[in-house]
Amino acid sequence: MTSPIEDAAATQSHLDEQSERPKRGPFDGLARRWDHLERWQQWGVLALVAALVYLLPVLNPPLITSEPSNDFPITCANMAIYALAALGLNAVVGQAGLLDLGYIGFFAVGAYVTALWTSTDSTFVKIPYLWTLPLAMIVTVFFGIILGLPTLRLRGDYLAIVTLGFGEIIRLLATIIPALRGQVGFQNVGAPPGTKSDGNPVFANSSGTPWYWLTVTIIILLMVLLGNIERSRAGRAWIAIREDEDAAEIMGVPTFKFKLWAFAIGAALGGLSGALFGGLNGFVNNQKFDVQTSMLFLAAVVLGGAGNKFGAVIGGALVAYLPLRFTGLAEYKFLIFGVILVVLMIFRPQGLFGARNHLLTYASRARRWLGEKTSGSGATAVPATEESSS
Amino acid sequence: MSRSFKASAAVAALALLLAGCANDSSDGGATSDGGGGGGSAKVLPAQSSIETPAGAVKAAGDGKGKCAAGTTIAYVGAMTGDNAQLGINIYNGVQQAINEHNKANPGCQVKFSKVDTEGSPDKATGPVTQVTNTKNVVGVIGLPFSGESKATGKIFEQAGLVHITPSATNPDLTKNKWTTFFRALGNDNVQGPAVPKLAEKIGAKKVFVVQDDSDYGIGLAKTATAALGDKVAGSDKVVTKQKDFSATIQKILNSKADAVFYAGYFAEGAPLDQQLVGKGFKGTFIGPDGVKDDQFIKLAGSSSKNAYFTCPCIPGELIKEFATGYKAVSGGKDPGTYSVEGYDAATVLLSGIDKGKATRPALKDYVKTYDGQGLSKKFKWDDKGELAELAVYGYRVDNGKIVSVGTIG
Amino acid sequence: MHTLLAAAADDQWITLDWASLGSTFWPSTFDGLTFGAIYALVALGYTLVYGVLNLMNFAHSEVFITGAYAVVFTLTSLGFGASPPNLSGPEIVLNLILAGLAGMAAAALVAFLLERIAYRPLRRRNAPRLVFLITAIGMSFVIQNLFFVWRGATAEPSVTMFQNKAVFDLGGNLIYMDTLIIVIAAIVMMVGVDQLIRRTRLGRGIRAVAQDPDTATLMGVNRERIIISTFVIGGVLAGAAALFYIMKVPSGAIYNGGFILGIKAFTAAVLGGIGNVRGALLGGLLLGVIGNYGQVLLGNGQWTDVVSFIVLVLVLMVRPEGILGSNLAKVRA
Repeated sequence: MTSPIEDAAATQSHLDEQSERPKRGPFDGLARRWDHLERWQQWGVLALVAALVYLLPVLNPPLITSEPSNDFPITCANMAIYALAALGLNAVVGQAGLLDLGYIGFFAVGAYVTALWTSTDSTFVKIPYLWTLPLAMIVTVFFGIILGLPTLRLRGDYLAIVTLGFGEIIRLLATIIPALRGQVGFQNVGAPPGTKSDGNPVFANSSGTPWYWLTVTIIILLMVLLGNIERSRAGRAWIAIREDEDAAEIMGVPTFKFKLWAFAIGAALGGLSGALFGGLNGFVNNQKFDVQTSMLFLAAVVLGGAGNKFGAVIGGALVAYLPLRFTGLAEYKFLIFGVILVVLMIFRPQGLFGARNHLLTYASRARRWLGEKTSGSGATAVPATEESSS
Repeated sequence: MSRSFKASAAVAALALLLAGCANDSSDGGATSDGGGGGGSAKVLPAQSSIETPAGAVKAAGDGKGKCAAGTTIAYVGAMTGDNAQLGINIYNGVQQAINEHNKANPGCQVKFSKVDTEGSPDKATGPVTQVTNTKNVVGVIGLPFSGESKATGKIFEQAGLVHITPSATNPDLTKNKWTTFFRALGNDNVQGPAVPKLAEKIGAKKVFVVQDDSDYGIGLAKTATAALGDKVAGSDKVVTKQKDFSATIQKILNSKADAVFYAGYFAEGAPLDQQLVGKGFKGTFIGPDGVKDDQFIKLAGSSSKNAYFTCPCIPGELIKEFATGYKAVSGGKDPGTYSVEGYDAATVLLSGIDKGKATRPALKDYVKTYDGQGLSKKFKWDDKGELAELAVYGYRVDNGKIVSVGTIG
Repeated sequence: MHTLLAAAADDQWITLDWASLGSTFWPSTFDGLTFGAIYALVALGYTLVYGVLNLMNFAHSEVFITGAYAVVFTLTSLGFGASPPNLSGPEIVLNLILAGLAGMAAAALVAFLLERIAYRPLRRRNAPRLVFLITAIGMSFVIQNLFFVWRGATAEPSVTMFQNKAVFDLGGNLIYMDTLIIVIAAIVMMVGVDQLIRRTRLGRGIRAVAQDPDTATLMGVNRERIIISTFVIGGVLAGAAALFYIMKVPSGAIYNGGFILGIKAFTAAVLGGIGNVRGALLGGLLLGVIGNYGQVLLGNGQWTDVVSFIVLVLVLMVRPEGILGSNLAKVRA
């Protein structure tokens, strides 16, 4: 759907005789080089990156570390959890183009599922923590469908305000319903099993590293899975919906069904990250699940580059990292964060890693077909399409 | 043009309305002056000073303390964000204790480190872990809020690091079987029952209880309601950051209560009181320690004249010696809520360090068996980490200042 | 056996208190209308900008709070304080008008800067909608935290504008002066804006751009000027809303005070039909009243927003474009 802003802006830029080509950021060159690597080379680079990522809390690199104000492994674990949430939101916002401002609601539901079924404060049956992860996903998908069925027929900004309302309702219900204990909260939320030699649990609330590794592993598995979904019929349908919902509908894409799918997948990941968040903190109450945090998730996705799952993960990690790293600037940190966001949007609106439109299947075979020459000259023509996401 | 006509019409309408009222505004002000204290309410006399308790342990000690260089006491709690002021009150008190101690004890220079949690449970794990992993830290003052204390108590327990909270009042905190947790003040179970006692003193017969959605407000409303018994005129709930209390006020006015107890913080308590008085409420407004803040007076304006407070905290500004020392640390500001508690808690830890108990297990055992008089009260903990002797003070607003009316039990 | 699924039946958390609603029905209505009128004025700012730019201007709540700060600062410097001032009626009116003008000017200035600094570069770059939205959120953070850094976490000391009292009695229900001033002034201003959109040259321009920016530009409408004007009009209205808000909540000037009100106002705009001026008025008043009824009926301030949002969802399910429909362009001259 083309909005008046875009049309208008297009007109404007034509009038100004300034149809300037979007500037190429430092990461675009990287992306191009990446595309030219063979599949096995790509996997090799990824494995190296993954190894570095796993080692991050152990290396505790100076300058990057959030100490002495925040324990670095815990910072890492928080980064990973935000990254996971951003990954899920990216499926909704970035892939299917559904503006969801109430994503925090799913995150909250996930955290509460974990708390209800593992915390000593809950009257529910206790189940092992690891079981609550799939349970949290199931429950949030259920909530996602409940929310999605009536609202996904709404377009654009109407959907945004309704989802925002949903997020608020979840938070307020957590306050109102006595069983959810409001701000009193749930203590001693469960954790995966295992004890260290000194008698303390492996997954203690004070040891971020195991939590980090667990979450990163989940993220990697999910990225592989989401990559496959993106290349499947669902992924193509999402892009079609994102680019032009009416056209997609006319071409026979069951848009409602695939929107619901995106919503459900996003909800599941949101619930999963919420459950991990509950476990990591060992305490769940209603204080974290406000509109601002929801906006932070959205900012994470856009910061990284909506539609690009690597970007979303990095965006999520950054959004968690910056406030924890720069506590020295305590008073100013949200100010700085806001400025970064605005400046980035003005100078690099596609995010750090923009969504890249490429052939979803047979990409490498197609490239071989077309040969080096065309892909080389094609690179200059590509930006126009690259930028036109949404 | 029609627009300018409309605008001028609006201005005219506004002018007419206000002109109508303003004639009465002077005598209106006079009535509110008279009625501010509440129709039949007695005005309790203010306390002017408190003697430093005999034999109170001071931070300076005997000047013979010896300890390893680098021994550190940490403050963990809010330093920035919406809850910063409470944290500042506390850590200035701690800083004062440490300054006095280090000046008097050349052989034992204790370091003080401060870590920020913003008072939020989900932000607290990182800083707390950081502190527990810092080997030099032998004792902690904090955490100030109940939520963050709940979220992190286990971490302190696992690290065997003693921590004394100067302000977290949730009663359940001491039911966790944590051996490292100690509370330097009375919990909500102590403060709640003080509400009917205060109400009785000021002659209020029916009290309407309003609670916010915080852990603190809910707990306090529960104990206060139980203690008030059949004096409760009604109850209502509000939310944090709420600004419009008209629905609640209607209920209060309908209930004909002559006092309102607001279990929550000043940010909502102040506009509530103000709107209440604005709608013609003539009774007394009673707030707990979360409302007892100079900000309350600023925000509620002249309506604050009808306000009384309960607080398990001693009026630090009345202890002259303490107030002078505090001003030197805080840059001229008077001690605030829980400054004395912060000082006392730090003093307990410092006296242990001076006695050579400068390791985590030794200091923990020292605090457990500690028995001494502090500036605010006697410090001797039971096996759960609660104090045995507790006093609740009454306060009221007088000429734009909060003054103590002495202990209310 | 423990309950496996959410069964909160042991603690009753929904009780319908019809008696209270009955006994406080009229006062609740008047109070609801008062805040509803304030929502409506702020909602207009959202609606106008949405109409011409299709942009959810999240930073509009900060435009509003800037106005609130300006009102408080002006009144404080004019000698207003905690107690009602000892001034004659016309003097008070003069001072309030001054404060209102200061609020409007400050809010309009921020709205203007917002458009110039944040949104204009995006339009020139043909950025997608999501980018606009994130920029709006970013600017909201920036302005909010500028106030935080400048004024701290606590609200400004309260300023009382006048001794509020009941003006007349409506069948046993007292109508207070502030209610009367706010509702009447807000409605007059809304009518003014409605007429501005319908009758004036600027209004025609706004409608033209809302309908089709390209064609409007081709027909000689200066699009940039129209856009900046809508931001400024929105700012002026937010400034007026700020004056009324401070009248109602004298300690309302706090750095994050605009955010929640902004969300409510935006909800009001969507409820009435975003992009629709009359919809904003209707949505605002409805939301104020419904929230109040909800709170009284369910006996708990925590229900206010839940009820508001549920009403919003229900309305959108029946009328996906809000109660009055959503097109600024379709307003007849």
